[in-house]
Amino acid sequence: MQRTPRSRLGRVAGALAALAVVAAACSSGTKAASPAASPAASPTASPAGPKMTVGFIMVGNRNDYGYNQAVYTASQAVAKAMPDVKVLTADNVPENTSVTQTMQSMVDAGAKVIFATSYGYFSYALAFAQSHPSVTVLHQGGYQTGAFPPNFGTYWGEAYEPVSLGGMAAGMVTKSGKLGFVYAFPISQTIANIDAFELGAQATDPAAKTYLVNTSSWCDPLKQKEAAAALLAQGVDVLTQHQDCQATVIEAAKAAGKYVVGYHYDARSLDPSGWLTGSAWNWAPVYTDILKTIAAGQFTGSRYNANWVGTFANGDNPLQPASFGTSVTPSMQAKILAAYDALKKPGASVFEGPVTCQNGTVLFAAGVSPTYAQINGINCLVKGVVGTLPGS
Amino acid sequence: MNGVQQALIGGIEGGTAILLPALGELVGQRAGVVNLGTEGCMLAGALAAFAVAAVTGDTWLGVGAGLLAGAACGLFHAWLVVRRRADQLASGLVVWFAALGITSVFGTGYIGRTATPLATLSVPWLSHLPAVGPILFRHDALVYAGYVLVGAVWFVLFRTRVGLVLRAVGERPAVVAAAGGHPQLVQMTAVIVGAGIAGVGGAQLSVGYVGNWFNDMTNGYGFVAVAVVLFACWRPAGVLAGSYLFGVALAAASVLQAHGVAVNQYLLDALPYAITLVALVVVARRGGAKAPEALTAALTNGAA
Repeated sequence: MQRTPRSRLGRVAGALAALAVVAAACSSGTKAASPAASPAASPTASPAGPKMTVGFIMVGNRNDYGYNQAVYTASQAVAKAMPDVKVLTADNVPENTSVTQTMQSMVDAGAKVIFATSYGYFSYALAFAQSHPSVTVLHQGGYQTGAFPPNFGTYWGEAYEPVSLGGMAAGMVTKSGKLGFVYAFPISQTIANIDAFELGAQATDPAAKTYLVNTSSWCDPLKQKEAAAALLAQGVDVLTQHQDCQATVIEAAKAAGKYVVGYHYDARSLDPSGWLTGSAWNWAPVYTDILKTIAAGQFTGSRYNANWVGTFANGDNPLQPASFGTSVTPSMQAKILAAYDALKKPGASVFEGPVTCQNGTVLFAAGVSPTYAQINGINCLVKGVVGTLPGS
Repeated sequence: MNGVQQALIGGIEGGTAILLPALGELVGQRAGVVNLGTEGCMLAGALAAFAVAAVTGDTWLGVGAGLLAGAACGLFHAWLVVRRRADQLASGLVVWFAALGITSVFGTGYIGRTATPLATLSVPWLSHLPAVGPILFRHDALVYAGYVLVGAVWFVLFRTRVGLVLRAVGERPAVVAAAGGHPQLVQMTAVIVGAGIAGVGGAQLSVGYVGNWFNDMTNGYGFVAVAVVLFACWRPAGVLAGSYLFGVALAAASVLQAHGVAVNQYLLDALPYAITLVALVVVARRGGAKAPEALTAALTNGAA
C-alpha cells in the first residue's frame, strides 16, 4: 500500500535533487559542456594556427570583488586579446576531488591548458599534470619544492611588496596606532603579507601595531564581521584582510567610520573615503605570456615550467598597488609612490634586514636582502604584530 | 569596554542569526516536522532581504522579503513532507540543495555590493544599565525581535489553545484528527511559519549584521540551529541559551585573538560547537523534555 506513493515520491525527490544539482552547476558557471564540438572544427581555424582551448578554475564566486573576480576578469581579457584562444571558466569549485573532475571535463571539452587558481588545488593540479602529459597545468600561488613535470608550473608574485605599501598608508592615518588584520589561514603567503603590512606601517608610524584575527575560512561573512567588530572594539582604526571576499570587512570599517586597506581587488567604489589603498591582481599579462610560450611549443624548460614569481624589479609583478581613496592626501600618495619606486630597484624589499621576530630572534640581519624562497619560508611574525600563529 | 563585554555584545548580535532559525525550527519540530532545509531557507531569506534592500534602499522591506522567501521555502518542504509524505530528512536536504543552487544563481549579481546594515537602536533607559545595558540593549531591531519572539513562542506553545493543538499534533496527530482537528493543516502552518522565521534569521545575517550577500554565506549555521533545538530539548529557554552561547563562543574566538591572547586557532574554531554541545547535553541530562512522539516516529520511519 505504501509502495506506490513512496516510489512516486522518490522520483519527485530525485527530480528535485537533479534540479538542484543543475542549478548548482549553472551557478558555478561551468561552460565545459558546450564547447565539446569545437575541437573538431579547430584544424580549419584561423591561419595563425590551431585554436587553443584554455580552462580557468576558481574556488570562489567570480564576482567576489576579490581574488576570484581578479582571475575571472583576466581570463576574459585573455579571451579578448587572443582571438584564437577559447576560454573556459568554472567557479565555486571546492578544493577537493571536484577540481580534478572539473579539470577532466575541461580536457574532455578540448582544453590543452589548465589554470588551477586556488592555493588548495596544488596537489590535485600536480597529480593531474603527471597523469595527463599532453595537457599543460599551471597552478596559481603554489610552490613546488621537488622536480617539475615537463608540463607543470606555478606562478605568483611578490605579493608582500605591494602589501607593505598598504601598510604605509595605514601607518599614516592611524590615530590609535592599532591596525587590524583579518586573515583566513596561516599559510606562507599570508604570514609574509602580515609581516610586510606591519613593516610597511612601521615605516610611517614606528609604534604601529598590527592585531591579528583569523577566520579559518576564505569567506565566512559572519566570522569576518565578528573579527572586524572585535578588532574595532579593541581600538583598531585601520582594517586590512587576506580573505577571498572583501565586502564584509569594508562595510564594517565604513559603518564604524574607520579606514580599510584592500587586498586582491580594487574595491574603492564600496567606500571611497574609508578606502586608503590596497593591492589588486592584474593577471592578464601573465596569462597571456604563459599562453604564448605554450603556443610556441616552448613551455618545457621555460621559466614558467618552474616556480615563476613576478617582481617589481622585473616590472612583471602581477599584484599592483590599487587606487588611492579620498582620505589619502597628495603628499601621502607621493610618499607611498616614492617607496613604490624604491621597491623597483633590484634586490630591494620590505624585508631588507634588520627584521626581528616577535620573540626577538633576528629573522634577517642588517644588510641582508632575502630571496623570494626565504620570504616564502618565514614562519614567525615580526615584532609589532600582536597575535600568534597556530602551533606557536 | 573589556573583552568579556565585547564577546557578549558580538555574541548576542551573531547569536541572533542562530536564535531566529532555531525558534522557527522549534515551532516546526513541536508540530512533528524537522526541517534540515533550515539552512536553505536562511539562504533564501538572506538573499531576498539583501536583493530587495539593495534595489529599493529600504532595509525593512528587505526583511519582509526575507520572511516571505523563507516561508516559500518552508511551503516547499511542508508540501513534500506533509502532503506528499516524503521522508523528512531527505526532503530537508533537497530543500537545502535547491535553495543553495537557486540562491547561488540569482545571487551572483549581488555579490560584492554592500547595503547599510540595520541601525543600532539603543533602548531608552535600559541601555544605560550598568554592565548589561550595552550588552543587551544596544543592537539592531532584529535582535530585539529575537527577544520578543522567544517569549511569544513560549507563550503560544504553552499558554494558548493553538499551542496545545500544535503540540498535540506533534505527539499524536491521530488524536487531533479524531477530535475534529486538522493535523496536516497545523503541520503545514507550523513549518511555513518556522521557515519564515528562519528567513528573517537569514536577513539578520545579510542586512542586519553583515551588510552584504555572498553565496552560501550561512556556512552551516542553519544546521547549528536545527541541532540547538534538539539539544535544547524543544524548550524555548534552552534554544535561547544555546543560540547565544554559540554566538558568544564564536565572538570570543575573535575577541581573544584581538587581545593577543595565545590560543590555538583550531581550538578556537571548535570552541562554539564544543561549548554549545557540552552545555546542552549537560542540561539535557538533568531531566529534559521528551521528543515529540510524531517527530520521533517520522525520524525513525515509524519504527518507534
